[in-house]
Amino acid sequence: MSNTPLTPGIQPGRLPAESYPAQFSDLHPVLDHHEALVAADRCYFCHDAPCMTACPTSIDVPLFIRQILTGTPEAAAKTIFEQNILGGMCARVCPTETLCEEVCVREVAEGKPVEIGRLQRYATDTLMAAGVHPFARAEPTGKTVAVVGAGPAGLSAAHRLAMKGHDVTMFDARPKSGGLNEYGIASYKAPDGYAQKEVDWLMQIGGISVVNGKKLGDGLSLDALKAEYDAVFLAIGLAGVNALRAEGEDKPGVLDAVDFISELRQAADLSKLPVGRNVVVIGGGMTAVDAAVQAKLLGAQNVSMVYRRGRARMSASEYEQDFATSKGVQIFYNAAPVAVYGNGAVAEVEFEYTSEEGGSLKGTGETFRLPADQVFKAIGQTLDGAPEGLEITDGKIAVDAVGRTSVAGVWAGGDCASGGEDLTVTAVAEGRDAAEDIHAKLMEG
Amino acid sequence: MADLTSTFCGIKSPNPFWLASAPPTDKEYNVRRAFEAGWGGVVWKTLGEEGPPVVNVSGPRYGAIFGADRRLLGLNNIELITDRPLEVNLEEMTRVKKDYPDRALIASVMVPCDAESWKSIIPRIAETGCDGFELNFGCPHGMAERGMGSAVGQVPEYIEMVTRWCKETTDLPVIVKLTPNITNILYPAEAAKRGGADAVSLINTINSITSVNLDTFSPEPMIDGKGTHGGYCGPAVKPIALNMVAEIARNPETAGLPISGIGGVTTWRDAAEFLALGASNVQVCTAAMTYGFKIVQEMISGLSQYMDEKGFTSVAEISGRAVPNVTDWQYLNLNHVTKAVINQDDCIKCGRCYAACEDTSHQAIEMGADRTFTVKDDECVACNLCVNVCPVEGCITMKTLEKGEVDERTGRKVGDYANWTTHPNNVAACVAE
Repeated sequence: MSNTPLTPGIQPGRLPAESYPAQFSDLHPVLDHHEALVAADRCYFCHDAPCMTACPTSIDVPLFIRQILTGTPEAAAKTIFEQNILGGMCARVCPTETLCEEVCVREVAEGKPVEIGRLQRYATDTLMAAGVHPFARAEPTGKTVAVVGAGPAGLSAAHRLAMKGHDVTMFDARPKSGGLNEYGIASYKAPDGYAQKEVDWLMQIGGISVVNGKKLGDGLSLDALKAEYDAVFLAIGLAGVNALRAEGEDKPGVLDAVDFISELRQAADLSKLPVGRNVVVIGGGMTAVDAAVQAKLLGAQNVSMVYRRGRARMSASEYEQDFATSKGVQIFYNAAPVAVYGNGAVAEVEFEYTSEEGGSLKGTGETFRLPADQVFKAIGQTLDGAPEGLEITDGKIAVDAVGRTSVAGVWAGGDCASGGEDLTVTAVAEGRDAAEDIHAKLMEG
Repeated sequence: MADLTSTFCGIKSPNPFWLASAPPTDKEYNVRRAFEAGWGGVVWKTLGEEGPPVVNVSGPRYGAIFGADRRLLGLNNIELITDRPLEVNLEEMTRVKKDYPDRALIASVMVPCDAESWKSIIPRIAETGCDGFELNFGCPHGMAERGMGSAVGQVPEYIEMVTRWCKETTDLPVIVKLTPNITNILYPAEAAKRGGADAVSLINTINSITSVNLDTFSPEPMIDGKGTHGGYCGPAVKPIALNMVAEIARNPETAGLPISGIGGVTTWRDAAEFLALGASNVQVCTAAMTYGFKIVQEMISGLSQYMDEKGFTSVAEISGRAVPNVTDWQYLNLNHVTKAVINQDDCIKCGRCYAACEDTSHQAIEMGADRTFTVKDDECVACNLCVNVCPVEGCITMKTLEKGEVDERTGRKVGDYANWTTHPNNVAACVAE
């Protein structure tokens, strides 16, 4: 007897085996040639374009769209990659609805922006499909830089530094490079092993050696790196996870959403990945949406996402929220977890409704319970394993505008560092800018 | 990245993209920004004689034609030559050339048609350090009423005379800018060559009225209820310019005379087409006025990619490459038979090909059930209209029939090359026999 969405407990194979590829296929398929030209033709080539300003990496959007329109998507890709070497991944995962496309003049005029994200993917996919890496290394400088963390910030910095002629050693705790691109985002946003393909393509610049399975405090120390390398760039991400602080949260079946997503991303066969019949995701960010939608796609019958504040306060965009509900996820707003119940494993979660008064959240006293075989915690990640001696501000490594930490010779960027939103594109910008500053510093003589 | 270095009648520039003499090149501020953006050269806005400068209208000086999505296809203007004092322009040119020695800086000149005017101003302008002169025999509005611009350019004898005066006065290259408002572009081009011109540039703008205000019944652009013909430019004039460039390039009298191609250059492709038809570089105005100086970046990246893909190592290698394939109608192969083919996978079923063929051509497209469109080979004369109106590039193509295949429309087999000069219907050909 095969499993169905109705099978009680946490079970694999709730859907027919052949349906999984379609369930997890590309969220936004790449534009074909004709679609790309039609989409590109809508661009007005604005002066001082709002889209360019809204992009954390300041990609010259009007220029690359014009390059697509005039039949040179390869040149368009180079325009993108010059600003953002992970422009291919960003084209897939950026919340464009809150960045470039939100401010597109045609979004303002007609409520229908130029499809910048999809055009970016068209251009970058075209160049990458041709196997072309459009940059070459400068003459060797003889300088060495350690990059700790091979996520978006680390990759961006490593590429820019290698391009400038420095020798880069990039360390990562996990067996694969890519960071959250490989382990932390929904699989339908970057299917077909795109994260690894992108890493391989990026590494074509040369001059970057990768050491996997090492992290600070476990095989690496900042003092040793400082002694061995001319500069150190920390891009260690946020390895810790916030606790619910609700009674019973240690029961079997209560998991961190990031672990669920990571396991799903690495699963060879999704039909063998177990999921609950009733799944409750607690949190309101992109991680919560990614976990909830993927639980639904795996065949869970009921998936609820519960957020303690209102819709407008949710860090997942309205587009992401609507996307989740379109996939069958039910979103509860203004409800905070009180306790997790179950005789052994989790069976129910109790929530209390909340109201927000002057910025502070208060329980209303009214509670409700949701049945749950599986609970995913997605209420934020925290800095974990930061080396001692670095100034920390608001739970992150304090950095200035170009990524310098409080310690000379040490830079930081990405989610682990202060400033900017925790987005792939922001991490790429921070890695790139820190690399430029490291380069300037190293070449001072 | 291909080497885009360009040499035009001895004048070097880092790329073949120059800004034409026009509002974008009217002053130091703009020209510096243009050079910073990457333009290879600039033809400074036309200088006039010393004394009180000309005066422009203070109402609209431009009119426009738009395509879909309000894309500007054609622009017309009634602006005159520079309305700033000669001395100011010369000082600015001197400063700019000093700071950008690797870029081409050309002085466009228009003064009254007497030897003294030309021979006195040319040496003064040369002191700026400019790389050459462009004689403005082209502007069709305003200045022409005063015996300058196209009033000179429409009389080959005047072109030859003024060009000679200038060549007698300076060792710098002299480029003659031609007006298209003539019957045959070869007459003014040959006159320029006889006068000793080092090169020609074309086309200047075309006499035009862009539109009429149907409330006030005045032409646009309208000044206090009246309008006048202006000079038309932009993408819409490109085909006219391409033809005139090709005519000069393939004319034995003028072959080899360097040509600067002007007229609707908007993308790197337009530029490459001018080059292929015999130009050595191009000048741009309307595209910059529409989109700003940054467009040159796309032109540079696009031409570079194209050259790399084709294996061209210099701009000069493209120049003139299509000229041998420009011929007269009478030499076209009348036994070359093609048929339109609609790719059903690419078809978006808009039906524009059907409407065009059914209503205005040869009723050679059939509309089937569920809006499937197919070509009737026995009616298709291969006019190409369906290809041109289809919104999907590459959806409709023209298939060439092999020799020996039967053309279903005529029932005849495709034969060897044969043109009108020997065709049985050509009475002249029969008489000749």
